[in-house]
Amino acid sequence: MHNSDEFRIPIGPQHPALKEPESFSIALKGEKILGVDIRLGYNHRGIEKACEERTYIQDMYLLERICGICSHSHSTCFVQAVEELASVQVPKRALYIRTLIAEFERIHSHFLWLGVAGHEIGFDTLLMYTWRDREIIMDILATLTGNRVNYGINTIGGVRRDITDDHKRQILEAMEKLEERINYYIQIATQETTIIKRLSGVGMLTYEEALKLDAVGPTARASGVARDVRKDDPYAAYGEIVFNVITDSHCDVYGRTVVRLKELLESLSIIRQLVNNIPEGPISVRVPRKIPAGEALSRYEAPRGEDVHYVRSNGTEKPDRVKVRAPTLANIQAVKQMLKDRQLADMPIVVAAIDPCFSCTDRMVAMKSEKGASVIKWQELRNYSIEWYKKHGVDFTELNKKLA
Amino acid sequence: MKPGRMLYQVLSSLFKKTATLDYPHDKSQKIKGFRGRLKAYPQRCIGCKMCMRDCPSQAIIIKEVGSKQFEAQIDLSKCIYCGQCADVCPKMALEITDEFELAQFDPEKLKIVFHVELKKNT
Ligand code: SF4
Ligand code: SF4
Repeated sequence: MHNSDEFRIPIGPQHPALKEPESFSIALKGEKILGVDIRLGYNHRGIEKACEERTYIQDMYLLERICGICSHSHSTCFVQAVEELASVQVPKRALYIRTLIAEFERIHSHFLWLGVAGHEIGFDTLLMYTWRDREIIMDILATLTGNRVNYGINTIGGVRRDITDDHKRQILEAMEKLEERINYYIQIATQETTIIKRLSGVGMLTYEEALKLDAVGPTARASGVARDVRKDDPYAAYGEIVFNVITDSHCDVYGRTVVRLKELLESLSIIRQLVNNIPEGPISVRVPRKIPAGEALSRYEAPRGEDVHYVRSNGTEKPDRVKVRAPTLANIQAVKQMLKDRQLADMPIVVAAIDPCFSCTDRMVAMKSEKGASVIKWQELRNYSIEWYKKHGVDFTELNKKLA
Repeated sequence: MKPGRMLYQVLSSLFKKTATLDYPHDKSQKIKGFRGRLKAYPQRCIGCKMCMRDCPSQAIIIKEVGSKQFEAQIDLSKCIYCGQCADVCPKMALEITDEFELAQFDPEKLKIVFHVELKKNT
């Protein structure tokens, strides 16, 4: 397997370049990356299984905690599926508020990404600037929902808090300030030669590869794939809002930066439309605790790409099955392609450029044989390996005695 | 970046207010409507256990300790401050306050315990 001039280095599960534990095994020739093996599973929390033990209301709060950044994405995606199962008509006003929070979330997520990306290429001033400006959004989110993260604004059948005229004024004022800042960052990204040179041509993913590897979100859009659930399958209030799907043809990390920055401007325009056109009316309807049997699939455009939740109900208070496909799981295959034949030093920024969320991605596979046995015991495995080595002429018996 | 523009950035930053707060001395940024510590009104509670049933983190335990007598315990170290219990309570016996400085050395101090005694005719 190892050829003589190939060298393998592990990056992760714990590594300064990674923000979350995940394991990359990189085959190198000199500084050039020959191939990458990615191993998931270091953040597995068993959330899908835990959902089966809890009621729909409890699940909503649990699923919101899949991700600290796209918490609203996961809770909305789940709630949409449950509402479809229960065939409830969510009031318009509630849908507008949901959309509003969703776009705030996109803005704060993209700002956060821009800072992290700046940090990965050694441009820490950008990190400081963007994270300072991100506070404007965080304060608004806290005022509207009661928390900076895990907003808890959703409930099955609507939202939990209404927005007032005072809030509207605050939002519109903050949008002015943000618009100025976003334009400044767009100026930096398009004029600053260090950024352009560092990011151009890094982490290439062509249009065909993006399609083949099923990339989603800004990663796909930066390769020219105009895919956006908000447009393709409008949910919440997006059907009534005018906005553009931003794409770019650079196909590299620079393109991904441009797409995200331009999306920020789109988000501002969406927020202004929502605030100015929000209809009056109730913000939630009552939904019975028992959800009728059936299954539903819900899609949602999270800041990182398409999020998918599948919910199956058996007519009780608790779901029979909940399945989550977070955007990073869709994008992680593309990372392998992006890194191939590139320089090792590009790895942190290429991984960061998909805006990965590994804890959203992690999952576990249980293998079952036909007889039902699923796991081999530690002692059996040990005996097996001792036997195997014995057959190949290495005897550990003496050594084992000494160690015992 | 061009040196002129860079100089402008540097000079204007010199005279700007800092973006951070001098916490804990400066607490000016308390946010209205923030979801923090729970507050209980025992005399309103009827022991219906709705809050206990909906709490996502099983932070509320309500036990029947006698005929029409209940003991409620809210464990703030488990609570995720979602406010679902306050939403679902039919008697508004729970309220979410904006108090967020909850760190304690003694875990016992993170428990809210109250007793409910219902009048016989209710
Ligand atoms: S706020 Fe949420 S987590 Fe805390 S006790 Fe109430 S329902 Fe439970
Ligand atoms: S606090 Fe409210 S919901 Fe909980 S038992 Fe008392 S009355 Fe019922």
